[in-house]
Amino acid sequence: MTPSEPAQPPVALQVRGLDVDLAGRSVLRNVDLTVHRGEVVAVLGANGSGKSTLVRAAVGLVPVRAGSIELLGTPLASFRERHRLGYVPQRSAGVAGVPATVREVVLSGRLARRRFAGPARRADREAVDRAIEHVGLEQYRRRAVTELSGGQHQRVLIARALACEPELLVMDEPLAGVDAASGAKLAEVVADLVAAGGTVVLVEHELGPLRPVVDRAVVVHDGRVVHDSPADDAHVREAHSERHTHPHSAEPARLEPFPGEGVL
Amino acid sequence: MLELLDYPFMRMALVAAVVTGLTAPAIGTFLVQRRLALLGDGIGHVALTGVALGLLTGIAPLATAIAAAAIGALIIELLRTFTRTSGDLALAMLFYGGLAGGVLLTNLAGDSAATLNRYLFGSIVTVSSDDLTVVVALGAIVLLVVALATPQLFAVCQDEDHARVSGVPVRLYGILIAVLAAVTITVAMRTVGLLLVSALMIVPVAAAQQMSRSFRGTHLWAMAIGLAAAVGGVVVSFEIDTQPGPTIVMLALATFAVLAAARGLVTLVLRRRSTTSRGDV
Repeated sequence: MTPSEPAQPPVALQVRGLDVDLAGRSVLRNVDLTVHRGEVVAVLGANGSGKSTLVRAAVGLVPVRAGSIELLGTPLASFRERHRLGYVPQRSAGVAGVPATVREVVLSGRLARRRFAGPARRADREAVDRAIEHVGLEQYRRRAVTELSGGQHQRVLIARALACEPELLVMDEPLAGVDAASGAKLAEVVADLVAAGGTVVLVEHELGPLRPVVDRAVVVHDGRVVHDSPADDAHVREAHSERHTHPHSAEPARLEPFPGEGVL
Repeated sequence: MLELLDYPFMRMALVAAVVTGLTAPAIGTFLVQRRLALLGDGIGHVALTGVALGLLTGIAPLATAIAAAAIGALIIELLRTFTRTSGDLALAMLFYGGLAGGVLLTNLAGDSAATLNRYLFGSIVTVSSDDLTVVVALGAIVLLVVALATPQLFAVCQDEDHARVSGVPVRLYGILIAVLAAVTITVAMRTVGLLLVSALMIVPVAAAQQMSRSFRGTHLWAMAIGLAAAVGGVVVSFEIDTQPGPTIVMLALATFAVLAAARGLVTLVLRRRSTTSRGDV
């Protein structure tokens, strides 16, 4: 890797020489990943490739054996400004034993910006309402999360991550079990976040509705990064200009899959 | 019915019931949310060994029970976090160890099964004024901590990974929940008894879920149902001369049964209505 090129925007996520062992088995070996601010990077790979472990390690959920991780310019171990980081875990992880409404779950995403004790302030409530509207669930605010469809539930988890108004959004398989409407909504949210100066890293099998908004795809195979393919300039331009719909765009959206996509 | 307030022991038992009825579901809601509904049972069994230690050594059983319960709660949490022992296996071992240790030590202390029985299923006549002070103070602490830390506790119990990424010290809050549960159990020991205390932490939550879709609603309704069951149970057990623990738990279960049946009926009626007027969905 060459020293920082002057034209490049600052780095949002920097992973260097990452080794991760889980239950005594080597899952990631010598992984490097650099994500610049304003980028949308997809981490692709088959089940068991280590793609999920890569982002889980990046946000501090998995212990690291070797290597360094920097989030928004700060080493992970001393990264305290947690509100700058939004995280959407795999949906299967989030089933609790007591019902909770959409508002309650999304409000829990606001913790990093709330004071230690006491009720939510006006700014908190407004941010929660904005996040819920952003994912298009305003009519479900008071519904129990368990009464929603898979796609709607996923949108709740995304709203929860948006509630702290993050600069870097990390999503683990946000399209799993998601209907077309929710997938389209997700692509819209990603585009809006990047338009506002944010950065998105997501793990997926297949990009589907997200393909037009992804700038770069990194393919993980057997614990190593085997492919890192930036979208061509035309695609980046197209993706940055008209993300939602591009019926009259001169350049077609990237419709052919990235290498490594859809490998099971 | 008001004449039972003439008895000093009844007044103390009722105060203990109020504290127990509020605190048990207040912390129990988080245990259910975290899918650790049986944690209270495990800690209750360990507290039994603590009581027996108190009987054996002549130290106040309430103090030894709190110590044993807190240590047991910490052990479960540490086993869950640091070893690959699954939560339910760790709990099972605490169940057996706690019960066997409690009975064994009570035998060694020379106390009869009747003494142990009072701690197992509660006994309204044994609440002393010293005990009551401790019970009220501990109950107030549990309620205060729950009231202050509910946003954090909710986040940790709802989704541990997300809470950790949000910067919540998840391990610390896990220990806090376990210790709060341990304190609550010893608070409830005199009223419900150690073997049934977990029921008062869990059953009101199950009942409240029948009528609430929100966490907050479930939490508050569970505390109201717990309060009603605990106070009602103490009164009924006085009137019909039964042990308070089983009486309280049967009242809580009856509340659950009525609410579950009512909810089933409402669902049935709504479903029928929506099938007859299909089209405007």
